[in-house]
Amino acid sequence: MEKNNKNDWKRYLIVFLLTAGVFLSASYISNYFGNKKIDQLKSIQDNISIDILSSETQFSLLSELSCKNVSDSVLSNELNELGSKLEWGEQNLGMMDTVLYLKKYYSLLEIKDYLLTKKISERCKTKSAFILYFYTTPDNCSECKKEDLVLSYLKDNYPELKVYYFDYSTDLSAVKAMLHIYKIEDTKLPALVLNDDVLTGFHSVSELESQIQKSFKFKALKLKENSQ
Amino acid sequence: MTFVGEAIFYIFSFLSLYVQVFFLVTFLENKDKIVVRKGEIKLGHYPSVTVIVPSFNEENTIYKTVLSLLDLNYPKDKLKILLVDDGSTDGTWNIIKKFDNCPNIKIFQKENGGKYTALNLGLSHLETDFVGCLDADSFVEKESLMRIMSYFERDQDTMAVAPSIIATNSKNIVQKAQKAEYELVSVYIKKMLGFLGAIHITPGPFTIFKRKVFDDLGPYRHAYNTEDMEIACRMQKNHYKIEQCNDAYVYTNTPPTIKKLYKQRVRWIYGFINNTIDYRKIIFRKKYGNFSLFTMPSNIISIFAISYLFARMIYDFGVFLSLKITQFETIGFNFPSKTNFLDPFFINTHSILFISVVLYSLMILSIMLGKRMVEGKWIFSVNIVYFVIISSLTAPFCFLKAIYNTIISRQPNWR
Repeated sequence: MEKNNKNDWKRYLIVFLLTAGVFLSASYISNYFGNKKIDQLKSIQDNISIDILSSETQFSLLSELSCKNVSDSVLSNELNELGSKLEWGEQNLGMMDTVLYLKKYYSLLEIKDYLLTKKISERCKTKSAFILYFYTTPDNCSECKKEDLVLSYLKDNYPELKVYYFDYSTDLSAVKAMLHIYKIEDTKLPALVLNDDVLTGFHSVSELESQIQKSFKFKALKLKENSQ
Repeated sequence: MTFVGEAIFYIFSFLSLYVQVFFLVTFLENKDKIVVRKGEIKLGHYPSVTVIVPSFNEENTIYKTVLSLLDLNYPKDKLKILLVDDGSTDGTWNIIKKFDNCPNIKIFQKENGGKYTALNLGLSHLETDFVGCLDADSFVEKESLMRIMSYFERDQDTMAVAPSIIATNSKNIVQKAQKAEYELVSVYIKKMLGFLGAIHITPGPFTIFKRKVFDDLGPYRHAYNTEDMEIACRMQKNHYKIEQCNDAYVYTNTPPTIKKLYKQRVRWIYGFINNTIDYRKIIFRKKYGNFSLFTMPSNIISIFAISYLFARMIYDFGVFLSLKITQFETIGFNFPSKTNFLDPFFINTHSILFISVVLYSLMILSIMLGKRMVEGKWIFSVNIVYFVIISSLTAPFCFLKAIYNTIISRQPNWR
């Protein structure tokens, strides 16, 4: 009986170690794939960074000659993909420090893309509208999820519309400068900047649609005036 | 999900995995002792055995049940059969009467009082040193009694031996799922618990006891209609050894519909919870061995883990539903094409996914080992898939209903 009891305790211990081993292995494998995903995000960001720099240079070189060679659509699509992957990573990867660092970089790329695309649009007279969207966590902004859905819907329906997402809490001077410029307050989120107008609180599809169409018409009018 | 919720989830996952690994380690330690005997065996001597067949409205199966007993390969003069009709309202009694003239069969009819009363009536007429019960919807395989009795002959300390219960007549998916479940629970897990000296149920279909068990510990009790669990707990409490004979086969009919399965399982789980509560004082007491340190805690973990997982599933579904409602209110039926979920990036590689893979693999391995203990060969059956689906769908509801019934019935005692 004494010997059996000893064996039993040994079994309990061995099983504990084996179970802990499985848990640690699972955690290691999960980490491995997580790191692979982070590498993928970094690689996408590097590509976007190179593309933006290339477009900026190309734009500077060709600005006096032609708009034909400057393409802006590819960049924003890649940014969207990166945005959704970062959002997913924030919820699922668990490596918050790295993801938040990547998010800062993403915000910076967004600002650069916004400035460049806006410049191209103005100089090359393309049909476009820009929305800068400021949001925060669902705990602090109950309407943000709804606004997010509205913007996704609008992006799907208006390919010329470009939406740039900025997390209010991003600790980056460039984002803070934008918050300062547009006087965005954390108590009035979600906030949208459309044609330099600041809209706070939730705005439905129909409200924003009319503003976007106004922006398209305004651009068309300006184009007409310029051509005359 | 909050940090606390996540922590609870991981603790339950760890404990569930611990239980599975515990069984596997026990199997690896004892695999050489698992023998599947194919032919007839002989015993040194053949003690007399009484088998009580309690019945309530079993007119469709009892005839075949008794015939299977009469066909057992065991000396006829050493086998007594007591048929007890527990106040059936169908033709059960008429069928029982047909056996009145058999020399080794005695028949009894009584007012309906529940299975344990029918068993106790049989026990009060007991004249042999060994006694067993056979539910009137189950059938024994010819060699089963001989193989069970060999366990008593081998080890004088053994006080009860349970058989391997195999689901028979599995025609539809619900029954095929139960077939895999019986191979897991009634064969593999029961055998491992036998090695650990920690069996907590001596099933109604054909567990054979030494008479001394009832002489010393008293007759069957109502025990929330799960007298077979209560007597096993009582035996463990008194250090009476219970074994499992994996190559003694008893075939039992299983509920053919989800509704009937639900009803049966609520009864089982209700008994399981309440007997666990009744015997709570022997949990984590070293002197009661693995029954106290492993079986009972595992039972409690399973009750909480299934309830928690179900609550979490409902919560997640609620969150999903509220998101869809918000989506509908905001943009109607237009689904945003924001994320390309075909991209492998979006495959969840959370550690819990890998732990779940290990857990399910161990469960499938356990069922296959159970099947191997019965049939002697490795087979992957599609019944395993049915079992995973059916048990995932029904078990949480059965547990919740049984917990609810327990709270309702025990409420006055808690004040």
